[in-house]
Amino acid sequence: MKILEQLKEKLADKIVKIEQPNKTRLYITVDRKDLSEAVQAVFSGLGGRYVIASAVDNFDNFEILYHFAFDRENVMVSLRVFLEREKPEVESFAALIPGIAYIEREMWELFGINFLNHPNLKHFLLPVDWPEGNYPLRKANG
Amino acid sequence: MDERKKVVVPIGPYHPLLEEPEFFSLYCDGERVVDMEWEAGYNHRGIEKLAENKHWDQVPFLVERICGICSNSHPVAYCNAVEDLLGLEIPERAKYLRSLISEMERVHSHLLWVGLAGHFLGYNTVFMWAWKYREPVLDMFELITGNRNNYGIMKIGGVRRDVADEDIPTLKAVFGGLKGKVEMLTKAVLDDPVLAARLKGVGVLTPQDIRDYGAVGPVARASGVDIDVRRDSPYAAYDRVDWKVITQPDGDLLARAVVRLLEIFESLKIIDQCLEALPRVRGDYAAEVREIPPGEGIGHAEALRGEVFHYIRSDGSNRPVRHKVRAPSYVNIPTFKASCIGETIADVAIILAGVDPCYCCTERVAVYDTDRKKTMYTFDDLVKLSQEKTRKIRHG
Amino acid sequence: MGLRTKALKKSLWVFHLSTGSCNNCDIEILDCLTPRHDIERFGITLVGSPRHCDVLLVTGIVTRKNLERVKKLYQQVPKPCIVVAVGTCPCSGNMFRESYTMAGPLDKVIPVDVFIPGCPPKPEAIIAGIVKLLGKI
Repeated sequence: MKILEQLKEKLADKIVKIEQPNKTRLYITVDRKDLSEAVQAVFSGLGGRYVIASAVDNFDNFEILYHFAFDRENVMVSLRVFLEREKPEVESFAALIPGIAYIEREMWELFGINFLNHPNLKHFLLPVDWPEGNYPLRKANG
Repeated sequence: MDERKKVVVPIGPYHPLLEEPEFFSLYCDGERVVDMEWEAGYNHRGIEKLAENKHWDQVPFLVERICGICSNSHPVAYCNAVEDLLGLEIPERAKYLRSLISEMERVHSHLLWVGLAGHFLGYNTVFMWAWKYREPVLDMFELITGNRNNYGIMKIGGVRRDVADEDIPTLKAVFGGLKGKVEMLTKAVLDDPVLAARLKGVGVLTPQDIRDYGAVGPVARASGVDIDVRRDSPYAAYDRVDWKVITQPDGDLLARAVVRLLEIFESLKIIDQCLEALPRVRGDYAAEVREIPPGEGIGHAEALRGEVFHYIRSDGSNRPVRHKVRAPSYVNIPTFKASCIGETIADVAIILAGVDPCYCCTERVAVYDTDRKKTMYTFDDLVKLSQEKTRKIRHG
Repeated sequence: MGLRTKALKKSLWVFHLSTGSCNNCDIEILDCLTPRHDIERFGITLVGSPRHCDVLLVTGIVTRKNLERVKKLYQQVPKPCIVVAVGTCPCSGNMFRESYTMAGPLDKVIPVDVFIPGCPPKPEAIIAGIVKLLGKI
C-alpha cells in the first residue's frame, strides 16, 4: 500500500504498530509524544481528509483514533494513541484542523479527556449545568 | 473591535421551518456577520451509548432514527462497518437493493431540500411542487418497505426484505414520471433571475475551507472538491451501474443548489439501472451472519448530505463495545463559520439551508444591539428577512 | 372566544415544537400542509410563534437541554391550549427511554391532551388525531 510506505518513510520508528486488516483500512499506533508529528504527516504531509476522531474507554486506558480518508486511493488511515486512565489528556489539533475543535469538545464532555490549548473547551452537546465529573460515555461512569 | 458595536444574533432554539431546535450565535457588525458559534445538543439523544446496550442486529433500527431524512444511510454505513470487520461481501442482489433504496432516499431528500430552500427564498410554489413530487417516492417506500420513513430494511449481511418482481413496473413508472417533473422544477429554479441574484456569489466556501472543516457531500462538491463515497470507496452496487459525480466550481449557494438538482437526475439513472438488474440478478438478498468476532470495523456511505461514518468495535459478545457515529452535518455545519462571514443577516437563513443541515444527525439567534439592548430573532424572523430581500429584488 | 367557538368560526392556530427528535415526525407534520393532505381545509393553520397558538404539536423525547425551554414555552402559551404529542418519542420516549439525555416523556413535563403514536405517524394519522381532538373541544 503506497500510503503505508509513505508513512513509514515519514514516521520511521515512531510507528509502534501497524494493523492492516484489509486493503482499504490502515490502523497506525503511535505514542502520545509522537502524535502531533503523526497527525501532521497524515493531514498536511500526505493530504489526508479529516473525517473525525473517536474516543474509546478500554477500562484500563483511553484510546483516541484520528480518522483520515484518502479518497483517490480508497484507504482510511486511523492513527491510534493510548492515554492513561487517571489523567487523560492530549494536545488539541484545532489550530491545524479547525473542524476538529468540535469533536474535541465532545470527547472532553463525554469521556473526560482534556485537550490542552483548546481554544474553546466548554460544553457542546450536554447542557451547561451537567454535573461535573459525570462523563456519560465512560464505561464505569466516573 | 468595539464590543458595544458587535451584535449577536442567536438563531433558535426553535425554528419552525428548520423543524429542529438548534442554536447559532451570529456576531454582527451592523448588517454584516463577523463570526458565528454553534451550540448543538438539543437533539442529542445519546445514541452511541444506547448502541452499547443493543444487540448487533438491533442497532440498525436505532441508528435509523438518528435522522429522519438520511434515515437509511446510517444503517447502510453501520452494516458496512460490521461487514468490514467480518470481511464479508454481501450477495449481488442485496447490493442492488441497497443502492435502490439509498438512491430513492436521495431523490426524496433533495426534493425536500429544494422545497425548503424555495420557501426560505419566498417561493412557496416551489415548496408545494417539490413536496408534491416527493409524495409518490414516499408511496414507493411504503410499497416496498412498509413505511414512508424509517424503513427498517438494512441488516448485517444484506437487506431484510426483497422487492417483488410485480412491483418493479410500478416503481419504474413512478421514477420514470419523476424525471420530467424534476426537469421542470430545475428549469424553474435555475432560469429565474431573481433566484440567481439571491444565490450567486453568496455564502462562498473555498476548497481550503472544505479541507479545514472536512466538509463533505454536495457542500464540498459545489466548491469543486471531487469526493463521493459511492465512487471513491464503492459499496452496494455503485461500481456496477453507470452514473457520474456532480461537481460545480463556484462554491456559492447557486452551485450547491445546482449540485443537488443534478444529483437527482443521477439518482434516477441509478434507480432505473437497479430496477433493470433486479429481475436477472437472482439469489439471496442477505448472507447469514452468526456472530461478530472481536475486532474493529469502519463503514462509510454517501448520505444525501455527504459521507456518513461509523466505527464499531467488538469483543466477540453480542453487542458493540463502542459505536462511533459521525454524520455529515457534523463537519458541514461548522463551515457556516466561513460561509456566513461578510454576508448580511437577510442571507443567513438561506446560507444555513444551503448547508442542508440535518441537526439531528449531529446530535443536533439573540441580537445584541449596539446599546446592549437585546432583541430576539427567531428563525422565522430571519426567513421573513430573506423573503423580503427577494421581494425587493423582484420589484426593483 | 372559547377554543370550540374559535375552531368553528376561525382557524385553529397550531405551533410545532421539536424537543429532541429525529425530524421524521416534524417532516410529516409539515407534509400535512402540502396539497395531498392539505390540513388547512380543516381550519388549521401552522403558525411561527407560540404566543397566540391554540394547539401545541410536540415531537421529540424532551432532551435535558430542552427541558427548561419546553416548560417556559408552555407557560408562555395562552391557555386554554391543547397539547398534542406527535410520534412515539413524546408518548413514551421510544428507544431513547434509557438515554442519559432523556428528560421526558412529554407528559412528565407538561400536561398532554392527545397522543398520536407512530414512528413516524403518517400524515393521515396526525390529521385523524387532530380532527378527533376538534370533536372533543
